[in-house]
Amino acid sequence: MTQASPLLSVRNLGVSFRMESGEHFQALKGISFDIAANRTVALVGESGSGKSVTSMAIMRLLPENNTEIAAGSEILFEGRNLLQADRRALRALRGRDIAMIFQDPMSSLNPVFTVGDQIIETLMLHTGMRRKAARQRAVALLKEVGLPEPDRKVDAYPHQLSGGQQQRVMIAMAIACEPKLLIADEPTTALDVTIQQQILQLLAALQKKHGMAVLFITHDLGLVGEFADEVIVMRHGEIREHGPLQQVFTQPQDAYTKALLNCRPQLDSRPARLAVIDDFLQDQPYQTPPQRERGYTAGDDIVLDVQGLCKSFESREGLFGKHVFHAVKDVSFQLARGKTLGIVGESGSGKTTVGLTLMRLHQASAGRALFNGQDILAMSPGEFHAYKRRIQIIFQNPYASLNPRFTVEEILLEPMTLHAIGRDHAERKQLAAALLERVGLPRRALQKYPHEFSGGQRQRIAIARCLTMKPDVLICDESVSALDVSVQAQVLNLLQDLQDECGLSYLFISHDLSVVKHISDQVMVMQHGQVVEQANADSLYANPQHSYTRQLLSAIPQGWPQQGGTRVA
Amino acid sequence: MLAYILRRLWQMVPTLFGVMLLLFILFNWVGGDPSYILAGKSFSAETLANIRHQLGLDKSLPEQFLIFVQQVLTLDFGTSWSTQQPVADILGSRIGPSLTLALPMLLVSLLLSVIIAAIVAYVRGSLTDRLVTLICTLAMSVSALVYIIAGQYWLAHKLGWFPILGWSDSLATNLWLYVPLPLLLGLVVSLAPDIRFYRSCFVEEMNHDYVRTARAKGLSEQVIMLKHVMRNALIPVVTSLMMSLPYLFLGALLLERFFGIPGMGNEVLNAVDRSDFPVIKAITIYVALATMLFNLLADIVYKLIDPRVQLK
Repeated sequence: MTQASPLLSVRNLGVSFRMESGEHFQALKGISFDIAANRTVALVGESGSGKSVTSMAIMRLLPENNTEIAAGSEILFEGRNLLQADRRALRALRGRDIAMIFQDPMSSLNPVFTVGDQIIETLMLHTGMRRKAARQRAVALLKEVGLPEPDRKVDAYPHQLSGGQQQRVMIAMAIACEPKLLIADEPTTALDVTIQQQILQLLAALQKKHGMAVLFITHDLGLVGEFADEVIVMRHGEIREHGPLQQVFTQPQDAYTKALLNCRPQLDSRPARLAVIDDFLQDQPYQTPPQRERGYTAGDDIVLDVQGLCKSFESREGLFGKHVFHAVKDVSFQLARGKTLGIVGESGSGKTTVGLTLMRLHQASAGRALFNGQDILAMSPGEFHAYKRRIQIIFQNPYASLNPRFTVEEILLEPMTLHAIGRDHAERKQLAAALLERVGLPRRALQKYPHEFSGGQRQRIAIARCLTMKPDVLICDESVSALDVSVQAQVLNLLQDLQDECGLSYLFISHDLSVVKHISDQVMVMQHGQVVEQANADSLYANPQHSYTRQLLSAIPQGWPQQGGTRVA
Repeated sequence: MLAYILRRLWQMVPTLFGVMLLLFILFNWVGGDPSYILAGKSFSAETLANIRHQLGLDKSLPEQFLIFVQQVLTLDFGTSWSTQQPVADILGSRIGPSLTLALPMLLVSLLLSVIIAAIVAYVRGSLTDRLVTLICTLAMSVSALVYIIAGQYWLAHKLGWFPILGWSDSLATNLWLYVPLPLLLGLVVSLAPDIRFYRSCFVEEMNHDYVRTARAKGLSEQVIMLKHVMRNALIPVVTSLMMSLPYLFLGALLLERFFGIPGMGNEVLNAVDRSDFPVIKAITIYVALATMLFNLLADIVYKLIDPRVQLK
């Protein structure tokens, strides 16, 4: 192989799937790109852009029974067409020459084998090592990927590790046989922001050390700035833009690329409305909207006053013993009418427990929550029923939080019937249709089921469901975290419009600091169940007092570093 | 672990008490008076009173319940009302034949159904898969009685491959001569639903992300199926297996009846026929105990297969 010929060369790759209805869905419409040895190429696109299909096609892991590869497609790895390789050759290649890590490390590891066994298995398969030697090598690999106590953790099961540690194990497994190409498919999407940064740094360091080529797949253009050499932007199965990193960030040619660069909330600017993809695909150029001022002011009407909230969980230990875990310790805050209080923190910080305790889905251990002066935590279930309507919650996973057996109409009408909102069925249905249109879905969506909608649309349905009860307070628990950045911008805009229209107060829980900065008036930072810092959003981000806040802030992906934070529109 | 087991054993006490109370109420409420049956045709008030006194039925209900509690605690259920033999002796002699048939059936059925299920799950969607599903559905729609009668008529009577029925005192003779036909027929009945259930367990596991990871490592399909998928799919298999173990003691009611096997199943039917309360009570209590113990065992086996399970 000469220096000039690329390691991987994808030529005119077309992939379509046969659907159950017999129709064909064209996932890739003849794309071509190269990856040179020792280079990092980022493949960026939204859900459905075909980026994951591309990676699975390279590994030849697409389901055989319903996938059709277009004639004339080629995937050349070191000059050999993988599309014509037989099973044996492919097995020898996978895990040895091309390795892969996936989005969700928890489900990607086999739950019933120790992490060591899963690494040893790869080593024994491809290098012919004996078990003992492979085990030593596994420990060394775990050490290399920065897993604490590798001697002990080699015998741990996946569920005994945190999400970040699991992803480190996946990486150790992938680099075990020194692959020439590492495919990382959204490796940090399921992780907290500080862990995300650590994993990205680890991947960048390993890429340099081992001289691997890396194909990095993500929906978030903001992530790739720090270590990719080239960027490929995909949409609807086509490549929209392909170029060196700097060029894509500073002189994007394609309107879609520009849109992706702009729809992510920024730390240094807060437009009244976030840019969405459609803004850039129209004829007239995009106008940056005016900035929006945020923050609590002296005259604010306090809707919810939480004082000394505590929540602990008990678990059994031994025959008679009990173990008490304090999930939330002495949390106090005030939520003003028509304003947003952002709660940030990593997994396990107790931020979700605060929300669930205020909904009384958990019983508080101590503390008060005054809603218009009444303590909702001390009420009897009967008294609380009238207040239930007024505090509503939108959960993170739009795929799991809507009942799949209910139509959208049933989902929207059920709470209205329960709380006697609207005189009769016809009026409720009218109201539901109006709310659907308000959140940007057509009226005919009423007769459909949740699975017929995309993630962003489902989150709109969840918002509409909350709105049916005309709540005062809406708890958004990681409500936009599972969405693509472009869809996230749309939902954030919707939430903002609704707040302005209806005077809603938001308790906005998220691990994403840019998003929290954008939508919040006041921000509360939580760690280990305690509030470590609480201030108006602008002052907290400009002048963080607590070291943990500073640590969180420094972990935010900076996009293109030379840009100095400002974006080109 | 030990603390968990002790706590679970302790929790069995109220459960067992509930079973006893229910059993006692049912017998006294709907069971009728066994002395009429025992007295036969020529009863007089005097014989009836005599029998009632012998059986302890003239005592007050709380007293009778106390005696029952005592019987359960000592596991001594007295003597059979119909044969006057000690209940323990009767059950002791019946358990052997039942297990002789039921244990091999359980093992062969488990092995065959898991293997067949794994194979059809691997080739899911293919002609083989659809054919097996079709056969299973057909097999499940036919009554067990049809298999037994057809098997006895064709395989035993017409073709003479097996004896029609019978039982001996020698274990070897039983296993070679008398068990095969009922075993075969029992398998036909039990395999179909098991294969369908296990197949769905395997198929569900094969859709998980870790299977994709295993393929990305370069593992062969056999290793993925037999190592990675099998261990995960075993979890629901173990549940259904453990649920069925207590029935080992009850024996196969129909098979024992039709093939003249002197096992527990036959004894249960006889005892019900004769209103032989001590025997029925003993069997009910033993089955309740076995169910609770096997449930505990199932949870412990879970822990061994699936490290995520926490015993609390």
